[in-house]
Amino acid sequence: MSNPQQLRYSKEHEWLSAAEDGVSTVGITEFAANALGDVVYAQLPEVGSAVTAGETCGELESTKSVSDLYSPVTGEVTEINEDVVNDPSLVNSAPFEGGWLFKVRVTEEPSDLLSADEYTAQNAG
Amino acid sequence: MGRNDLALSRHALGDDRPMSSTELRRTALDALHRSLGATMTDFAGWDMPLRYGSERDEHLAVRTRAGLFDLSHMGEITVTGPQAAALLNHALVGNIASVAVGRARYTMICRADGGILDDLIVYRLAETEYLVVANASNAQVVLDALTERAAGFDAEVRDDRDAYALIAVQGPESPGILKSLTDADLDGLKYYAGLPGTVAGVPALIARTGYTGEDGFELFVKPEHAVELWQALSKAGEAAGLVPCGLSCRDTLRLEAGMPLYGHELSTELTPFDAGLGRVVKFDKEGDFVGREALAEAAARAQENPPRVLVGLIAEGRRVPRAGYPVVAGGEVIGEVTSGAPSPTLGRPIAMAYVDTAHSAVGTPGVGVDIRGSHEPHRVVALPFYKRQN
Repeated sequence: MSNPQQLRYSKEHEWLSAAEDGVSTVGITEFAANALGDVVYAQLPEVGSAVTAGETCGELESTKSVSDLYSPVTGEVTEINEDVVNDPSLVNSAPFEGGWLFKVRVTEEPSDLLSADEYTAQNAG
Repeated sequence: MGRNDLALSRHALGDDRPMSSTELRRTALDALHRSLGATMTDFAGWDMPLRYGSERDEHLAVRTRAGLFDLSHMGEITVTGPQAAALLNHALVGNIASVAVGRARYTMICRADGGILDDLIVYRLAETEYLVVANASNAQVVLDALTERAAGFDAEVRDDRDAYALIAVQGPESPGILKSLTDADLDGLKYYAGLPGTVAGVPALIARTGYTGEDGFELFVKPEHAVELWQALSKAGEAAGLVPCGLSCRDTLRLEAGMPLYGHELSTELTPFDAGLGRVVKFDKEGDFVGREALAEAAARAQENPPRVLVGLIAEGRRVPRAGYPVVAGGEVIGEVTSGAPSPTLGRPIAMAYVDTAHSAVGTPGVGVDIRGSHEPHRVVALPFYKRQN
């Protein structure tokens, strides 16, 4: 699997797109989706709610486990992916594309987001 | 995603024993699993396939077509000798002497206090030869108990864990697939029967047993024949849609079928009567058996004043009840979930749980599961969740 170069990554396996008009898209990586197995339920933050970098903002249920979803940045949620709410398997089939989770108007970024190469190296180690 | 969340839970798979520091054991099919891209998991000290691709797809393949499983971690113990039947009648709770040659029996081995040490399938291979199949996590315990209980009997208890690989073919297409590879009389082979035969040129004990709720077969073969047999079955099943299946879907298949898993629905803290499986205890068999006195008391207690009862729960919502979560009613804890998962067949989360008798009736209103602090409504249903049509 390859991690798209244009994205940045959290150590907790979320990806973050470059901001457009101050809004970034967030999802989980293919590495994370593979480790979870089939995602059957995604509880996403509410539109308009505030999220904080490194804090939980939702959860993902898979066959074997439930995992907290962490926000990679601080800001306000502007949109959630209703397609994923209706069909959580998109997280597995297209984690970097149609399986995105929410959009956030970023007010603050942590300093430790990783590049694609750094994130790939983290998972190899 | 929390980093630690990616460590897939061993508890979720039913092995609650502490992790061993020794290296994981690998089955004869290990290299094959890796070449198929399997995600592997530590299960009872064995490195086993968790899933090859989507566990949901694997689950549905077994329900509608066929699936191929490596179950070589299961613990085989051979009991032979003139008093093999007498020994097993003494050591186990079932009437093993009454099992006909070529047939199998689901049974349990209990402690003197009635607590369940393991649930077992016992095959009678010959008049004086039985094959006892224990759960991987309990194989040593069962072996030790049988060996100890064999004192005074003219019978031999043999550790045959390394003598067998075990491959299962499960699902409605499995008889057709197997028929193409063997001359054995599969039509004459009933559920819970086993006969020696040849499959794809490989000598095998062919058993019509399984842990999926579907028709299917379990093939006990020598480890050196495992790869050859697996490949022959894969090829023979290709057109019918057979796929390799991991332990993850095995767990959801057995849960839908309402089958207990040791470490979840069964434990040393419970007797077979507590688990709703008192029917496996045969008081009318010849001779005394380990646990008889305690089990007679447990039977009476279960009839007069049953403690908790094992029920099925179906979630009204989409959050998944997991093993260990409290079952609640009116804000009070009334039970505990023993197994829970999203059900591919039902399309919603399901669970088995022990609940107080007062709340155990089908349709009891107001029952919920405390899912990480939030009381989510669930419907009490009879087990199993799924029963095959034919």
